[in-house]
Amino acid sequence: MRFQPLDLFATALPADKRASVYQSTKATHEKRTKLLFEQFADPNRLRQRAGEIKQHAIENLDAYLPAVEKKLQANGVQVHWASTAEVACETVLGIMRARKATKMVKAKTMVSEEIELADFLGRHGIEALETDLGEFIVQIDHDHPSHIVRPIIHKNRREIAQSFEREGLGAYDDDPQVITTRARHFLRQKYLQADVGLTGANFISAESGRMVLVTNEGNSRFCLAATKCHIALIGIEKIVPRDSDLALLINLLGRSGTAQDLTVYTEFISGPKSSEQPDGPEEMHVIFVDNGRTEVLASDCREILRCIRCGACLNVCPVYRQASGHAYRSVYPGPVGAVLSPILMGSRFAEKADLPKASSLCGACHEVCPVNIPIPDLLLRLRHRAKEEGVAAPGTPPMGAWALLASQPMAWRAALFGGKAMDYLPRSLLPIPALHAWEEKRTLPAWRGGEFRKWLKKRPGVKPR
Amino acid sequence: MATCLCDAFYDDVAVATVEVLEHLGLEVGFSEAQTCCGQPAFNGGDWDASRKVVRHTVRTFAGEDPVIVPSGSCAAMLFHGAPLEFEKERDRDEVGQLGRRTWELADFIVNGLGVKTWPGRYEATVAFHCSCHSRGTMSGEAALALLTSIAGTRILPFGEGEQCCGFGGTFSVAFPHVSAAMGELKLEHIRAVSPDVLVSADMSCLMHLGGLAAKEGKPVRTLHVAQVLRDALNYKGASSG
Ligand code: SF4
Repeated sequence: MRFQPLDLFATALPADKRASVYQSTKATHEKRTKLLFEQFADPNRLRQRAGEIKQHAIENLDAYLPAVEKKLQANGVQVHWASTAEVACETVLGIMRARKATKMVKAKTMVSEEIELADFLGRHGIEALETDLGEFIVQIDHDHPSHIVRPIIHKNRREIAQSFEREGLGAYDDDPQVITTRARHFLRQKYLQADVGLTGANFISAESGRMVLVTNEGNSRFCLAATKCHIALIGIEKIVPRDSDLALLINLLGRSGTAQDLTVYTEFISGPKSSEQPDGPEEMHVIFVDNGRTEVLASDCREILRCIRCGACLNVCPVYRQASGHAYRSVYPGPVGAVLSPILMGSRFAEKADLPKASSLCGACHEVCPVNIPIPDLLLRLRHRAKEEGVAAPGTPPMGAWALLASQPMAWRAALFGGKAMDYLPRSLLPIPALHAWEEKRTLPAWRGGEFRKWLKKRPGVKPR
Repeated sequence: MATCLCDAFYDDVAVATVEVLEHLGLEVGFSEAQTCCGQPAFNGGDWDASRKVVRHTVRTFAGEDPVIVPSGSCAAMLFHGAPLEFEKERDRDEVGQLGRRTWELADFIVNGLGVKTWPGRYEATVAFHCSCHSRGTMSGEAALALLTSIAGTRILPFGEGEQCCGFGGTFSVAFPHVSAAMGELKLEHIRAVSPDVLVSADMSCLMHLGGLAAKEGKPVRTLHVAQVLRDALNYKGASSG
């Protein structure tokens, strides 16, 4: 029997890892729900409203993108467009080379993971250092983030202490306080040495060109304190129409993602430093990244572009909790990743077409999503696409025989009664194909095919139709 | 609509549904031609196959009468899933029309008929598993309101009630390990409150949870909401449980 790769990965996951992913996602989810429902009379209305704003924005990107470009240029920002990951990486490299810069400090940005920027720059002799603690640990371990908000949710502090010792950051000590202090000391000098600071953006307003960056460690501020040049890498779907939209979205982001009223730092940046400002980058570049996003926009799953990367759907997802992030073999794991990752593969969709199936369609993700993305519907559409494109997958048996029976009442009734009379299970009748896989873990109830219909016959009150 | 699971395994749930509806003074009709709501193929991505079954269901249930289903999952297939796979089909209006008059049983009793309390008596402590297909609908609350109102019935809340049981149709066989682990977690929470009976509005969840528990050799007693409502009506005094 072949199993789905995600199912096998989950089975092989060490129990302590599963437990720590489960505990921390569960805690964040529960705190999130408590906060939202305590503080707002109708949080679901807020989620709907935020979803409408983002949906409007992505459906009108053709108007908002030129608008934001104009604003940014007026603010003194150089704007670049990157259609693919390669173009985005090359653009960053070009800016670095023009400045003869060799050192970059990076804040956490998922789009840089997506385009594998740090590795690319490394190959070109440029040090691109992660300054978010989690991302820093991922980087020194040559690992990958397993959660979009908490990259090292799969690591415990003993592993981190070992990595620090290996990297010469001090003798083994797994006290979290010690770990953070050591990272801070190490990163401090790096901030001072770097020429360029790179960040993402959580939102950017088309009205003003103002971008918003939220962090809890303040590292993005350090990235932009001593460096002379700021590069912001921004997915084209991060645009919102107006500054006033930010109020709602920022209110939802912190609460949904990390169960905080507001992240510790919320920065608004609209351009390089002005002449009155004492410090800050003198040069600022915004690189808008497409990398498959217009393809998503053209698909019947465009709602996923509303995503504000809060991670709430990962936290609540029972499959993510069992399997952890690496099981999704993608930069974006969990429910959002199960939708986004296969589409972002473009013509290689089939390679990740199993991900939309890794869901019981329980809908918990939709229920928590701050921009109200109907994730289960999108997963279903992608399953349909996989079927249309003839992608084979273990454990998903063909439904042809069943459909034939279920649209022919005579045959259906014959199978129901026949099974009972001859004491066998008409397998093609059941909504649970692959019965052997079912029975490995669970018993089947006794076959009672046709019993209800027999009872009805003796019941004069019930009208045949 | 009886659903294929009740047709094949859980005839007593369908019987209880008829008895409950008749108790409410309704005339129940049953079409012998009915089969399944089309969900298995829909969830599997085989929308051609699913649409075939849905079209059959639309024909079978033609008319204006409300269609009552003792399953949140099959009901949601008809009012949410089917319209999704028929978005671009020429007969989408007929599908939408059926969806708009399809109700999950408890939702129908409470929000359709306005019946908010249930007579009779049922002596038991109940763990109520709110099935996932009732998210975003009124079904979960409706079932809970009815159960809570029954004399002698005590609802025992348990941990992580909002989490899925792990069934998910084909998911349960394509991802058996994750599915079973989800079910185990649910059972752990349920066993922690030691209910007399585990109740849900969906037999699919109960088939999965009950099947897991039985395989482990630690069976759990399961009942559909309709069975509890019917048993409450049939209460004759004397014994309990
Ligand atoms: S899909 Fe929704 S819940 Fe998931 S990360 Fe994006 S915004 Fe958050």
